Amino acid sequence: MPAIVINGKSYEVSAEPETPLLWVLRGELKLTGTKYGCGIAACGACTVHLDGQPIRSCVTPLSAVGSKAVTTIEGVSGAEADALNTAWNDGDVVQCGYCQTGQLMSACALLRTTPSPTDQDIDEAMSGNICRCGTYPRIRAAIHAAAAARTPTV
Amino acid sequence: MNRRTFVLRTVAAAGALGIGWSLLPPRSRHGDRGDIPEDPGEHTLNGWVKIGTDNHVTVIMSKSEMGQGIHTTLAMLLADELDADWSQVRTEMSPLHAIYNNIANVVDGLPFHPDDHGTLQRTAAWFTAKTMRTSGAMITGGSSSVKDLWLPMRQAGASARAMLVAAAADVWKVRANEITVASGILSHGSGRTATFGQMIEPAIQQSLMESAPLKTPDKFTIIGTPKHRIESRAKQDGTATFGIDVVLPDMLYASVVMCPTLGGTVESFDSTATLALPGVRYVTAVDGHNGGTAGVAVIADTPYHAMTAVKTVKVTWEHGAMAGVSSAQLMQQLSESLDFKSGHAYAAHGNVNAALTSAAQIVTAEYRAPYLAHAAMEPINCTVQFKDGRAIVWASTQVPTIARLTAANALGIDTDKVDVRVQFIGGGFGRRLDVDFIGQAAAIAKVTNGVPVQTIWSREEDMRHDFYRPACISQAAAALDSDGNLTAWRSTSASQTLVSAALKRNFGLPGLPIDKTAIEGAFDQPYEYPAARIAHQSVSLAMPVGFWRAVGHSHQAFFTESFMDEVAIAARKDPVAFRVALLKSHSRHARVLMRAATLAKWNTPLPIPLDGTRVGRGIALHESFGSVVAQVAEVAVAADDTFRVTRVLGVIDCGLPVNPALIRQQMEGGIIFALSAALHGEITIENGQVQQGNFNDYQMLRMQDAPQIEVDIIPSTDHPEGVGEPPLPPLAPAVGNALFAATGKRLRTLPLRLSRRPRN
Repeated sequence: MPAIVINGKSYEVSAEPETPLLWVLRGELKLTGTKYGCGIAACGACTVHLDGQPIRSCVTPLSAVGSKAVTTIEGVSGAEADALNTAWNDGDVVQCGYCQTGQLMSACALLRTTPSPTDQDIDEAMSGNICRCGTYPRIRAAIHAAAAARTPTV
Repeated sequence: MNRRTFVLRTVAAAGALGIGWSLLPPRSRHGDRGDIPEDPGEHTLNGWVKIGTDNHVTVIMSKSEMGQGIHTTLAMLLADELDADWSQVRTEMSPLHAIYNNIANVVDGLPFHPDDHGTLQRTAAWFTAKTMRTSGAMITGGSSSVKDLWLPMRQAGASARAMLVAAAADVWKVRANEITVASGILSHGSGRTATFGQMIEPAIQQSLMESAPLKTPDKFTIIGTPKHRIESRAKQDGTATFGIDVVLPDMLYASVVMCPTLGGTVESFDSTATLALPGVRYVTAVDGHNGGTAGVAVIADTPYHAMTAVKTVKVTWEHGAMAGVSSAQLMQQLSESLDFKSGHAYAAHGNVNAALTSAAQIVTAEYRAPYLAHAAMEPINCTVQFKDGRAIVWASTQVPTIARLTAANALGIDTDKVDVRVQFIGGGFGRRLDVDFIGQAAAIAKVTNGVPVQTIWSREEDMRHDFYRPACISQAAAALDSDGNLTAWRSTSASQTLVSAALKRNFGLPGLPIDKTAIEGAFDQPYEYPAARIAHQSVSLAMPVGFWRAVGHSHQAFFTESFMDEVAIAARKDPVAFRVALLKSHSRHARVLMRAATLAKWNTPLPIPLDGTRVGRGIALHESFGSVVAQVAEVAVAADDTFRVTRVLGVIDCGLPVNPALIRQQMEGGIIFALSAALHGEITIENGQVQQGNFNDYQMLRMQDAPQIEVDIIPSTDHPEGVGEPPLPPLAPAVGNALFAATGKRLRTLPLRLSRRPRN
């Protein structure tokens, strides 16, 4: 059985190698914070980090994960994640919430590479994450707020 | 028999069907303390609130949370009257009970104009409310939750507070009226204080207080203040449980392939190869339930095994009534049913024909709207365990009591053998008012010998087996006199109707020929037309249709407010001034409209870009679900006719704004939801099959497309009105009117396309 590392912990999984990581997480490991939305990498609800890179787990087969570190919403941590969570709550971003774990994973990856993103950076990093409730303006504002909270003001 | 008499008789018949008069309950919706499960240390004061010895206040939620923020808002109603400490408040889903039946939603559905408060309207409303107390349903829909519970939940909070005060008076041997309560602390002038937790045990010994006085609005400390969403953190960290996140020991997963032709059935299927696949346990045919389409389900150990295996089942379909049907044919049938004499007139006064005959100018137009899918982010799913003759259903549903009835019918057991546990809904928008998937999941659970099974639809099945927002065509004519004053308004629309279809598929009841939801947004607007005939022609088609956020308003507002703009321009009048002239007795609406115009600097022309981009501004006003919203949209149109909506300003009067933070959220979100539909939304049918299947061919607005949005809330102490849907209807006409201002081209068909290449 292949072993994969999720949130710093090794799991032996029985899924076939072609099984998308999403269904390993949800179906086998019962890590339900990562969501199924479309199955074709068109909505971003299933976003997780693979060695720190945001990926769509619904189209990433288990065989492509190998020994790379998987981080899901259950395990994401650090200064960027904390700042985003505070900004998300204070900025009243969430509505139905179904897409929001994926949104946060995309936003966290953005802030780690781009600590002070422009609007265009945000458009590029977040355009793959659909929110049906229409929280985009608040996601944008919360990313800016989280970035500002991380950047010491002069 | 006139319309009013008919309505009353229909309501009476519905009531008599459901209940005997002697069984009608008292007015109180306080409920029985025995119905709420308690954790150790928790004590139930009434059907709406528990308090723990650890000081937690648990407010019981009878409405489904699907993003509209209702759990936060309802908790605020009760917590304010209780004088609770907001930081100690949490929420819990209610059991199923008649005290939670939605009364406001059904009363609002009666086909009366909002200005009509006559005897017949009041009698029908009273009668309906009384009937709904027992024979109604728990419903989250129609932007009705706060309206429905504004008094009951405040009364429950006030009653609980009175019981705590009475208990403290007994314990301290002082007069109750000497005790004050603030932020979860009971105090007496003698210096004695107690937390709610310290006083809860003596409080539950007190008798239920039915009529504790309510606060006047000036005494509110929580209501009217911005509060963060109570479940936000759980939705951020992934611990919030949506229906699809329910996990049970040994649970199996089902995936379903349904007849691609809507309403079709299974003639035969061959599952030999499927059953040989790894992880596959069972393959079973499932009937269409409650208006759904039949199919074949594969039950497997994991969701992925089920969804890959289901593709290998060889099914021969019986395609049914929709075989060969295309959306072009459906639109043609709607078109052929329309003429100005047809339909039921929901509003008719004055001599429209005479006004048209003597008009200095007549404006006519035809408008069209397509079918739309709900496409909520959480795909349809439902978990059922059927064991020893009893069932438990875990579902994201807006209608738990109807879900219970549906599961019971599918399993052939009584409703008292079914328990429904409502989960967070990953976007409802009306799709979860239907229960086809609940009947289907219950039928699937019949074959697993007591093991729980979670049925999950693929995104494609979700999009292709929806109950769609009905397509609609409207023809309108307006008469102007020589001064450009409106003298008559006539419109007739044609579409399938919703309520009759829903009553038939869910309860087997005969359809009603009158359906407010088909024409709301047209007949019920505030404009004071000197003469008007506003009618709707109900057309019977096989296409499954359902309730889509804002329902009839979602397209009728586009027709009404776009045509109003056309007429104003034909009259050579300013669109704002033209509307205001028709709102002389509707100061609330005129105020919202003028506020939007002022904030958007309506009278200051937009700067003209030097690069040739054409810009324009459009306005629309609309009342729905008791609230009045005006929006001003700004567009920028490129040389190739592609365009962006750059800015939307919205003003809402929703009565007393209970939670301004979440009202702003609903306005912004509603604008973006409506913009997705206005720019992209279109479900097409070929050979009875929906052509769109996923987010690649049924496009949603994305981050880079979202306009700048500004929201203004009119201060008010009036009875609170709807918020979840009213932000949507004015958006499409505001954008269409802005595109006209920018280009001179009037778009009368949704989605709005100036060029062949739609792009925001």
